[in-house]
This record gives sequence, structure tokens and C-alpha cells, in this order.
Amino acid sequence: MTIRIILPLLLTALALPARADSYALPKNPAFEEECASCHIAYPPQMLHADSWREMMGGLSRHFGSDASLDEKRRSAITDFLVAHSGGRKTGDTRDARGKPLLRITETARFNRKHVEIDAATWKRASIKSPANCTACHAQAAAGDYNERSIRIPK
Amino acid sequence: MRYLLIVAAVLFAAGARAEVPRDFLSRFEKEAGVAASAERGARFFSTRQGGEWSCASCHTEKPTQAGRHAKTEKAITPLAPAANAERFTDAAKVDKWFRRNCNDTLNRLCSAQEKADVMAWLLSLK
Repeated sequence: MTIRIILPLLLTALALPARADSYALPKNPAFEEECASCHIAYPPQMLHADSWREMMGGLSRHFGSDASLDEKRRSAITDFLVAHSGGRKTGDTRDARGKPLLRITETARFNRKHVEIDAATWKRASIKSPANCTACHAQAAAGDYNERSIRIPK
Repeated sequence: MRYLLIVAAVLFAAGARAEVPRDFLSRFEKEAGVAASAERGARFFSTRQGGEWSCASCHTEKPTQAGRHAKTEKAITPLAPAANAERFTDAAKVDKWFRRNCNDTLNRLCSAQEKADVMAWLLSLK
């Protein structure tokens, strides 16, 4: 009797660390079309709502590129990102002065998760930049950042 | 019968709204007031125009093949209509991408003549 309760609990606990790095990507055609044409669809959960608001307010200079949108789409996508933004799991994504971080790669969670990756690895031609999730997380576009899906290229 | 009529009407309306690539060549030529030159378009496409990138930095010098985003590495489907039937079939998309990409490569919007030239060249590719 007890085993029937304990076993599922045990299995769930074992599965937790893997599941912790999976992000359910909520379906949103506008988000996919506008945000995932130049880069993968970064999970909205990876940043705080304030970070998304700040980012969506500066799209004409989006990390050096013009990613401007018409106002209707811009506000619809902002609402979507805010609604699915990082909660307890992602934590706060602000810098020391309280300013919202715009780069996922600068967040505490990202750095904690990548602490064993040295500077030379990031610079490999096959990786290029910490923002290139897919280089190592082959299934990143589907929200899968699990440990077992990682393959760091030479 | 009524159902068929509705389907026909919807198809007709959709067909009337969608653009074909040649429409953009005519539109930009008309706006520019001069005839487009595919040769000028080819040069414009593959040469840097003041910015860090040229069109070819992402779309390659042979846009019948797939490109790659110069910064993010994300794959870009071919730009030339001969290789990709989805290209230049939606005015809102065409205007949006010319706006963004001209700002990225020229630090300004493209003139109607520049767009007409690029269209003429892209349409000449087989």
C-alpha cells in the first residue's frame, strides 16, 4: 500500500531536476512570427515582466538592430510576454541598481546555470555567443533546456 | 450551392488582396519615377552601404539559397521569389522588412529606386 504512494512520489522527485529546465512555450502566432524570425523564441519565463516591458519599448534599437513593429502588434506581444513572464522560478531579473536586465544571459539564473562554461568555450566558432542557445541546447527552440539534451560542440 | 458560393467569394477576395512579387517592382518603380536596374540592384545588395552589414551579410550573395542571420546564426529562407514562393506576397511584411533591414544596413530608409533595383535583381534570379 505505502509503496503505491511512495513510488510515484519518488519518481516525481527524480524527474524534477530535468523538468526544471523545460519551458512550456505558450502558442502565440504574433510572438512566433515577430520574435522568432531573427532568433529562437526565447521563453517568456526567462525574464521579469519589467524587463519585457522595457525591451518592447525599445524595439527600433533592439541589441543594435531595428526590430520595430506596428503599435497594435507591439502592445499585443508585450501583453503576451508580461502574462507569461518569469515568476518564482526565474526570479528577479534586475541589475544591482534595480534596472531591468534586457539580456537573459546577464540574469543570475543564467549565470548560475552556466558557471562551468569558460570564456574560451563561449567564443568557439560553433557557439559564437551565449545568446546562441541552440548551439548546445539542440531543442532550445521547443523550450527544452534539459541537462540530457545538451551537447557542447567542439 | 450557397456554401460553394461563399467559398468562391472568400477565395476571390483572398486572391484579390494578395500581392505577387512583380507588384512590388511596379510599385517601387512608379514611386521612384525611373526604370529599375537589376544590375544596380545586384551591386547595392552585395555592397556595404554605410552600416556594418550589406544585404548579402544575411541573405548571401546568391539569395536563391538559404541565408543565415549574421549575428544570431538563425537560418533564413531564400529571398529570391524563384526559390521561395512565400516571398513578396504580402505588402505589410515587405514594408516592415525593408524598413527594418534598410535601417540596419544603411542607417536610413531605402529610397524607392533602391527598392525597385533590388526587386528587379531578385526577380531576375532563376
